[in-house]
Amino acid sequence: MAGLSFELIALQLFAGLALGAIYVLFAIGLSLIFGMLTVVNFAHGAFYMVGAYVGLYLISIGGNFWICLVAVPIAIGLFGLAVERVLIRPLYGRGIDYPLLLTFGLSYVMVECVRIAFGKTGYPFDTPEVLQGAVDIGVGYFPLYRLFVIGATAVVLLALWLFLEKTSFGLIIRAGARDPQIVRVLGVDVARVWLIVFGIGTAIAGFAGLLAAPLQGVIPEMGGTILAEAFVVTVVGGMGSIGGAVLAGLLVGVVVSMTSLFAPEMAKVSIFALMALVLIVRPQGFFGRAGLMS
Amino acid sequence: MTETARSIKQSGVATGGWYQFVTRHRASIVAAVILVFPLVMPFTALAVNILIYGLYALGFNLVFGYLGLLSFGHAALFGTGAYLCGISIVHFGWPWYAAIAAGVAGGLLMALLIGVLAIRTRGIYFAMVTMALSQCVYYLFYQAVDLTGGENGLRGINVRTIDLFGLQIDFINPMIRYYVIAAFVIAAFFVMSRILASPFGAVIEAVRENEMRARASGYDVTLTRLLTFVLSGAFCGLAGALQALHLSIVPIEILHYETSGLVVMIALLGGMGTFFGPMIGAAVFLVLENVVSVWTVHWQLIVGGIFIACVLFFPAGIWGTLIARSRR
Repeated sequence: MAGLSFELIALQLFAGLALGAIYVLFAIGLSLIFGMLTVVNFAHGAFYMVGAYVGLYLISIGGNFWICLVAVPIAIGLFGLAVERVLIRPLYGRGIDYPLLLTFGLSYVMVECVRIAFGKTGYPFDTPEVLQGAVDIGVGYFPLYRLFVIGATAVVLLALWLFLEKTSFGLIIRAGARDPQIVRVLGVDVARVWLIVFGIGTAIAGFAGLLAAPLQGVIPEMGGTILAEAFVVTVVGGMGSIGGAVLAGLLVGVVVSMTSLFAPEMAKVSIFALMALVLIVRPQGFFGRAGLMS
Repeated sequence: MTETARSIKQSGVATGGWYQFVTRHRASIVAAVILVFPLVMPFTALAVNILIYGLYALGFNLVFGYLGLLSFGHAALFGTGAYLCGISIVHFGWPWYAAIAAGVAGGLLMALLIGVLAIRTRGIYFAMVTMALSQCVYYLFYQAVDLTGGENGLRGINVRTIDLFGLQIDFINPMIRYYVIAAFVIAAFFVMSRILASPFGAVIEAVRENEMRARASGYDVTLTRLLTFVLSGAFCGLAGALQALHLSIVPIEILHYETSGLVVMIALLGGMGTFFGPMIGAAVFLVLENVVSVWTVHWQLIVGGIFIACVLFFPAGIWGTLIARSRR
């Protein structure tokens, strides 16, 4: 452990935050959809993966990364709207397991369609030129792109917070998460609100996939791994809680990053150990409401 | 009293006499079908797969159909059974029957470990926690290269002959292999039928139907859930052990979450919470897979599509829909 300096640990901490930022984006979409619709979206990983592939396709036909940052969430969000309207809406009121099973089947279809369109092997995804290189952040040089990921996540979170807390539509969403029946009685078309929330959640998943693409490349299976890890994030943070998803996402990112520094072979297992610990000590998660569990 | 009137009196629902008969002799019927099956269907390799996945789905269905908890982590139970059976043969040179016992014990213990953590959560959380924990098991077995062979899988589980009370049985012969495995599967179906018919089986269904009422009646709901999950682990561990003996290799993919998803699909396709559902689901699913993969490599597209259609239009599955039809 001679090479371990304060700088190295601090840099690794920042790398963990960048990784955590992806988890945060993925998990808030999942959490938002669950909090409103009580649907666990098992296809969330597939939306994330398709987001990365749409970005890849747009760049191959001459687009650039900045266009993708806008176009990908819109495309994936529209796709999410269609999925909710056609496939998930018929299942409301039929038990909590059915939408979960349906989205699981959907993820198979989406992954296989991407395999047909792009092939089974993965592709590298170039970091946009402006964001290549590293900058000095005080404790050492840090890749600029990872800094950008942290920044972009902060912007999305801020926008989401403003939308939920400061707009009247956000007010309806928050009320709907608490008691959809009362909201319906007050004359709000709850089905439409659910539709839009599903669209927003999947749009954020697509955005997260695009941001993750230059870090890891794109392969059709990229969504499955992050889905299991995002479940850890939602369990640790508390299902349906956006604040919990943010805190737990960053924590999971840092835990992965730190264990890969000290014990690389345990990096993948560490986050599940974290989840086991939280389940024993506080089963509802950091910010989870106890009632939501049943 | 006519036959119909009697069946109405017994179950409260009008069903044909055949249904009464089938329910009473459910395990024997499964046994008879399994014994005749390879004579009708020429592909014994496929038939063995149907047996093993039918048993795997039977164990899963105990938790999903009868207890009402959706687990997305059963691959860990199935896979641990397979790995422990394989490891005890390859690394310790145990005889085949001890290896199968090790597989069952492995599934049981893994279910206990996962169960103790996951039972603390309820409802929709259960699916997420079991999936995450089984993913953790996947990485652990993946890392333990010395024992499990890591990415390459565990190779060299060669059981050529099975020694039964001094009788040497040729395990290479596909037909004999089928009947050896069938003996275990049939025994498992009889045990399952007995469990479901017992007072404990009634408690399992009571917990599914109304947790509060079961609790108020004095049953320990948490303990019932844990015990059922552990029992399910024993069945899945047995299925895994048989799979290891059958394939003579344990691929690491056996622990992948797609193996968990597979059994969910089989159970849903056959009819969750029904006795025959798992076997019917396994047979239909695997035959379909065999047929479809002849003309396209994109088998998963078809699987996903069928699954979506099942959830939307036939949530009761094949056997469940048949029962519902017969009651009209």
